[in-house]
Amino acid sequence: MVTTVHTELTNEEIRRYSRHIIMPEVGMEGQRKLKAASVLLIGTGGLGSPTALYLAAAGIGRMGLVDYDIVDESNLHRQIIHGESTVGLSKLDSAEKRIKDLNPFIQIDKYNVPLTSDNALELLAPYDIIIDGTDNFPTRYLVNDASVKLGKLNVYGSIFRFEGQATVFGHAEGPCYRCMFPEPPPPGLVPSCAEGGVLGILPGTIGTLQATEAIKLILGIGDPLVGRMLLYDALDMTFTTIKVRKNPACPVCGVPREQIELIDYEQFCGMPAHDRSLYQTEEAQLDFDMRSINVQELAERLTAGEHPLILDVRDPHEWEIVALDGTLRIPKGDILAAKNALVAQRKLREETVLAQIPQDQEIIVHCRSGKRSADVIAYLREVGYDTARLFNLEGGILAWANEIDTRLPTY
Amino acid sequence: MTSIKIPTPLRAYTGGEATVAVTGATVGEALNDLAARYPEIKAHIFNGDSLRTFVNVFVGDEDVRFLDGLATAIEDGDSLRIIPSIAGGA
Repeated sequence: MVTTVHTELTNEEIRRYSRHIIMPEVGMEGQRKLKAASVLLIGTGGLGSPTALYLAAAGIGRMGLVDYDIVDESNLHRQIIHGESTVGLSKLDSAEKRIKDLNPFIQIDKYNVPLTSDNALELLAPYDIIIDGTDNFPTRYLVNDASVKLGKLNVYGSIFRFEGQATVFGHAEGPCYRCMFPEPPPPGLVPSCAEGGVLGILPGTIGTLQATEAIKLILGIGDPLVGRMLLYDALDMTFTTIKVRKNPACPVCGVPREQIELIDYEQFCGMPAHDRSLYQTEEAQLDFDMRSINVQELAERLTAGEHPLILDVRDPHEWEIVALDGTLRIPKGDILAAKNALVAQRKLREETVLAQIPQDQEIIVHCRSGKRSADVIAYLREVGYDTARLFNLEGGILAWANEIDTRLPTY
Repeated sequence: MTSIKIPTPLRAYTGGEATVAVTGATVGEALNDLAARYPEIKAHIFNGDSLRTFVNVFVGDEDVRFLDGLATAIEDGDSLRIIPSIAGGA
């Protein structure tokens, strides 16, 4: 699979990999192939953790990691590459720290971005093998289509509660993800791990199978899971293999590679693919009458002794410049991320900043001039807030400083 | 009798049952028998009279799409399996 490069092993490396090298199926040649190989891991979460650890330990020469998330305490019951000491760090930095400790001889390339149709081809192109460890349908279709277009092997693994699937897509002789799953299920039908839960050790099994397949493909030994999918049921403790056939009419692997176009996968699946996505469901795009309040009305209500909840959605450095007293402060970006995670069912409401924003009372939302607060009201509507209770402060804090409290600075 | 293995996401509609015994001479009849026993599951498998595009049904290790679809004949003792599209990984 991988062209043999005459990469040499140092004496230190020969000692480190000796249990590999003494097996005739690997030998010096095989270990050199591993060193010369490059693998891109999409996601360093449940599946990506064991995959990255075992591939690093095995001596894969160059590993690319794609993830934009930060390590959270709730990741640690399964994402074993991260730890207590890296909670709050980027998953990439956290993973790199652990990998470097495990094997300092390999190169790590970090891509701290969500994988999108705009960057996928560029990110995947420099690697021999792609490992799909993502957590959502839009990104799975994207990884598939980009891999097929580039002629890359895509080692697929997927998990839900006590069940897992593993296979190799994108082989010239075999099927792709779209041959097996031509269309995604409607949004909301299949709960995600955040909603449905997952046995913490399950991604350990499936991710380790993915790493095993990647190593076999690089070494060119054994029978890879091409045209077969391995189904694992942890409760029954059964492994079952089913046949996955190439669909000659597949809209992706059934056409010449240069004709494959990456599409809008969020539109295709009806859900946002990542926390920073601006994707809106069709329902959310429908017009609605946004209520608003001007600064005079707000000032009168405050003077009358009312205490409406005011949500300031500007960024923290702006709060330092000027802010109203007693406001709830959550930046727009955090609310967007929470909204996306909730719509895609990656997180529960209680796990996001939305838990701080009550649903049963009137809220006045403000930013600098009124644009971001309007966006936030649309986000809140998308996750079920009653728009009759949400008010956009017209002109934001600038209007307040110009018309009500002229001592305040403007910016 | 034929057994149908129900994937985790659909067990909510079979009272938690992982395997359901059904009767029928074809895949379609077997699935209709399943839907008769657990009416709530029907909308998750069928779109009108045909299988929903994201639902994969296997007889043994073969995808019925590459056999005769819902008309695929089954025999006593065959095991059917619904393979779900799952996307979890984090």
